[in-house]
Amino acid sequence: MTQSAFLSFNSVSKRYQNQEILREFDLTINDGEFFTILGPSGCGKTTILRLIAGFEQPDHGCVVLDGQDIGNLPAEHRPTNTVFQSYALFPHMSIYDNIAFGLKMSGVDKAEIKQRVHEALSVVQLDGFENRKPHQLSGGQKQRVAIARAIINRPKVLLLDESLSALDYKLRQQMQNELKRIQRQLNITFVYVTHDQEEALTMSDRVLVINNGQAQQIGTPREIYESPVNLFVARFIGESNIFKAKITQCLDNYQYIAEIYGLQWKITADHKFAVDEHVNVILRPEDLRVMYSEDAPQEPGFVGKIIERNYTGKTLDSVIQLDNGHILGISEFFNEDDPDFDYNINQKVWVNWVHGWEHVIKADER
Amino acid sequence: MRIFKPLFIISVFLYLYLPMVVLITNSFNQSKYGYHWKAFSWKWYEKLWHNTGLMDAFVNSITIAVLTAFIATILGTLMALAIHRYKFRFKNVAGSMLFILMMSPDIVLAITFLIIFIALGIQLGFWSLLIAHITFCLPFVVITVYSQLKGFDENIIEAAQDLGASESKIFSVIIFPMILPAVLAGWLLSFTLSLDDVIISSFVSGPGFEILPIRVFSMVKVGVSPEVNALATILLVISLTAITVVSLLIKRKNSDI
Repeated sequence: MTQSAFLSFNSVSKRYQNQEILREFDLTINDGEFFTILGPSGCGKTTILRLIAGFEQPDHGCVVLDGQDIGNLPAEHRPTNTVFQSYALFPHMSIYDNIAFGLKMSGVDKAEIKQRVHEALSVVQLDGFENRKPHQLSGGQKQRVAIARAIINRPKVLLLDESLSALDYKLRQQMQNELKRIQRQLNITFVYVTHDQEEALTMSDRVLVINNGQAQQIGTPREIYESPVNLFVARFIGESNIFKAKITQCLDNYQYIAEIYGLQWKITADHKFAVDEHVNVILRPEDLRVMYSEDAPQEPGFVGKIIERNYTGKTLDSVIQLDNGHILGISEFFNEDDPDFDYNINQKVWVNWVHGWEHVIKADER
Repeated sequence: MRIFKPLFIISVFLYLYLPMVVLITNSFNQSKYGYHWKAFSWKWYEKLWHNTGLMDAFVNSITIAVLTAFIATILGTLMALAIHRYKFRFKNVAGSMLFILMMSPDIVLAITFLIIFIALGIQLGFWSLLIAHITFCLPFVVITVYSQLKGFDENIIEAAQDLGASESKIFSVIIFPMILPAVLAGWLLSFTLSLDDVIISSFVSGPGFEILPIRVFSMVKVGVSPEVNALATILLVISLTAITVVSLLIKRKNSDI
């Protein structure tokens, strides 16, 4: 994979009527990467996709693809193709004609069309479906046809608009792997838009988290999950326990002592902080350590009680209310020593975490 | 009680269809008076064929119906496409105006047309009939085609555009084939509405151009001739064929989506 900028937005602004969707928005997507735009509904992610596809034109700024400003090029002349959430297959055409549509429009000769349709069908593993009509297919099959119809044109960028959200859980997971396989096989840049964080983490090379038309964080799934830059990202990606803390002492090497709920904790950050500065300490539910109160070691820890326990199959997810009233969510994997492990409601527990697993962000960032 | 239900259903159907059955039977009855069955015969159909006045009126009616159907379908389809595709001021007003036209009593329309034709100095006859028929058929076409357009996934048009189709290709390859069933249904609807109409036609037709329903109406004033039975049977067959074709088209359309 080359790391060159392939598709970029240079201070793009877009408004609909009175609502500003994007303001001087910048974005760089590399050649051949699986890039995901993740955000809540109404955050502007679909607008970004439509600006790349050419269904919308930017009010200001430019959209550059492979060195060419495509900002005002109409959709039919752009080397991009879209897979729509609703599939948008042509209902009156056979699967063959649906997939062949793009090639027919660009005047490719019949023999080549035939060969490439068969190739595309085999990429999405739908060999032999040529003569069916869209209404005879299941949701997952329609999705594959929509993908085949888009990739047959060998677009420079394939755009996917919440393409898997209409499928059921099992099928969605299967299609996630399928999409990754197709992307590796064809080596096309994929831009995927979703509000589903799990999908984003599973499939992407890089993820852009966006809210209210503002880029929040851009990075690999691991960076996004483990080192969120602000509270929005921490809350939007996965579950988070957020502790309000105050730096009481600066040690060397980004090590600090911080006060959380009256206890002194040693924390490690990747920023410089000053004494008395307020910070947020973020811990994922699976990073907290919980023990029965009576078994607690002689270490600092919070004391509370179990107020809810949910068995999810893989994990035991519990809600703890600390004695100071704060609520924590924890998630524990079963281990081989104690496969029947469970809690009773109102069980007294003791919570802390392994030093270094915490993630610290500035308090003034939302 | 178990016998009551089928009995009830049978009586309802008898009430609805007995008159038609009597009419069809009588059209094949040799007897001039329909009180008793004499023998099977095509006599009345032959007589009808030789009745030039009635046959002329029949041809006139078909001519008007076919022309009305074509023109109303073309205009109505274009109008539906415009309402669907473009945003313009008074778009809602244009939509409601169509409903007003569709809901207003025939007699009101009839009088309106008559006044307009007289005011404009248009002679009552072929043209006045054609214009009036196109006008009252138009909303039915617009609404049939528009409701089909509205049922589409908006993304289909964007998908076609995304795959490189130009405006004109999108229309000829995507939109038109998808609305074709509705367009045909609109055509047949207009055809039957035009063929059926008595009230408006009786106001706007003149002595030079007589159409079937009015001719029949004036004939029955002096007593029902069995030729009329034959004619009614033929019309019934035409209408039933049209309705069957429409419902088949609609059924096919639904199975497609």
